[in-house]
Amino acid sequence: MIDIWYKILEVLPFEWAQEGQMIFMKNALLAVILLTPLFALLGTMIVNNNMAFFSDALGHGAFTGVAIGGLMGFIQPVGSAVVFSLLFAFLIALIKHRSSYSSDTIIGVFSSTAVALGIFLSTIGGKSFAKLNSYLVGDILSITPGEIGFLFILLMVVLAFWLLFFNRLLFVSINPSLAGSRGISTFWYEVLFSCAVAVAVTVSMSWIGLLVINSFLVLPAASARNVSRNQRQYHFWAVIFSLFSGIVGLILSYYIETASGSTIILVSSGIFFITFALRRKFA
Amino acid sequence: MENRHHISRRAASGCGLCCTKIEHFGVTIGNTPILTDVNLHIHCGELTAIIGPNGAGKSTLIKAILGEISHTGTISYVQANGGPSHTPVMGYVPQSLKLDTTSPTSVLDLFLACRSHLPAWLIHSRKQVNSVRERLSRVKAEHLIDRRLGALSGGELQRVLLALALDPMPDLLLLDEPVSGIDQNGLELFYETVSELRRTYDLSIILVSHDLDMVKNYADRMVLLNKTVLSVGTPDEVLQSESFYKVFSLEWQKQWRSKGGEG
Repeated sequence: MIDIWYKILEVLPFEWAQEGQMIFMKNALLAVILLTPLFALLGTMIVNNNMAFFSDALGHGAFTGVAIGGLMGFIQPVGSAVVFSLLFAFLIALIKHRSSYSSDTIIGVFSSTAVALGIFLSTIGGKSFAKLNSYLVGDILSITPGEIGFLFILLMVVLAFWLLFFNRLLFVSINPSLAGSRGISTFWYEVLFSCAVAVAVTVSMSWIGLLVINSFLVLPAASARNVSRNQRQYHFWAVIFSLFSGIVGLILSYYIETASGSTIILVSSGIFFITFALRRKFA
Repeated sequence: MENRHHISRRAASGCGLCCTKIEHFGVTIGNTPILTDVNLHIHCGELTAIIGPNGAGKSTLIKAILGEISHTGTISYVQANGGPSHTPVMGYVPQSLKLDTTSPTSVLDLFLACRSHLPAWLIHSRKQVNSVRERLSRVKAEHLIDRRLGALSGGELQRVLLALALDPMPDLLLLDEPVSGIDQNGLELFYETVSELRRTYDLSIILVSHDLDMVKNYADRMVLLNKTVLSVGTPDEVLQSESFYKVFSLEWQKQWRSKGGEG
């Protein structure tokens, strides 16, 4: 399967794209093409709902999950991380729903608790923290064809979720009490969406890195908002911007020898500032 | 002149046989009783205005009817043809909609999100779009279909929300009158649209009003509420009742003073 992809890339004029060259780069490119639209889709709703800090906190929860997984002796602690971050997402949503604290206070509390717990657990017995560094920065070049297949399935699941539930999520995000008057349970839709974000963030953390993962969610959507007047344009531009910055950023990082995640984000933020300057033309 | 017009309108409107019955409604929040023993019969084809001082429990009553907060007592809808009574289908226009004004959500998106299962970010079926346009034309807002929600004026938004509340056609329409953000013309247009809808669709309408001058021209019936129902009748009856005088003399004195202060 992956060979077809390698063959397609051979038409590109890059030296790394030629036959037998730089397999990791080709894998990473395919991963970026799958990952960025997935994050862009989820990001549209995160920005709609002012949840940028929330998704950031989910990343921290996932990090703790990885630490717990490591403690319990898993080599690939992703499974335990997913379970933990789902639990974490549910807990934040529940407390946000049940209390009158503003959500940034709650997120602040949870976020710091999660990171502290993660570091605490992974350093028990004087162990070094260094092995978790890769989760902080992430390395898309390390992705394997098997993991890409997994990403593809994840993208399909998110897409199906987005086709099925988007309208309800949008309605809840426009105004919860209006949605409530129509018998839509705002709480459960919030939980559902949080869980989708939690899974996507947790699974992708080792490739993108906790420090920058939130930008993959927020930046394309924030840029798309500058130039969109309805949901269709919003989604279209978010996906286009995320793909563009993903592909361009990755290729740039190869030639100027920088970390790919941060190069992608710099391209992405470049797009944001350009669209921000142009936003009045689209208002 | 205006008044006579209304009387003939009233006579022409409504079968008046179907009716929403609110019986022994009570709401207590914490240990504080907000509403006690509220009994109301809302006939279809009638606009019933609920008036009362600040803190009288007007908005609470709306929320209780909507089922957003728990209450004692019952609400039921009695059909005109004598069919079995049931919980009424309700439409609701909130007082104000807290909106993110920068959000890329169009009026069409709002409607599709609410009534369609096809994702609004991908598919706009022609049938759905046409039907949304038709719903908007009921409130003279079809030209707003592609506008961003955040770019609508207060009055425009209110009409869009009204169109949304009429889809599906409710047995009981609940309106919480906007206090601010709508200019006088916008408000008049809104009331005229509501009056027209009441006739055309034989709707029962409950309007929580904060503007007595405006509402007395449009309401068929008026309810004076202050923790419980103090007076029910035509606007004239209620406005001349003793309870009205008691409740509002203080309020009006306050208003008079503040207006005098400004002018």
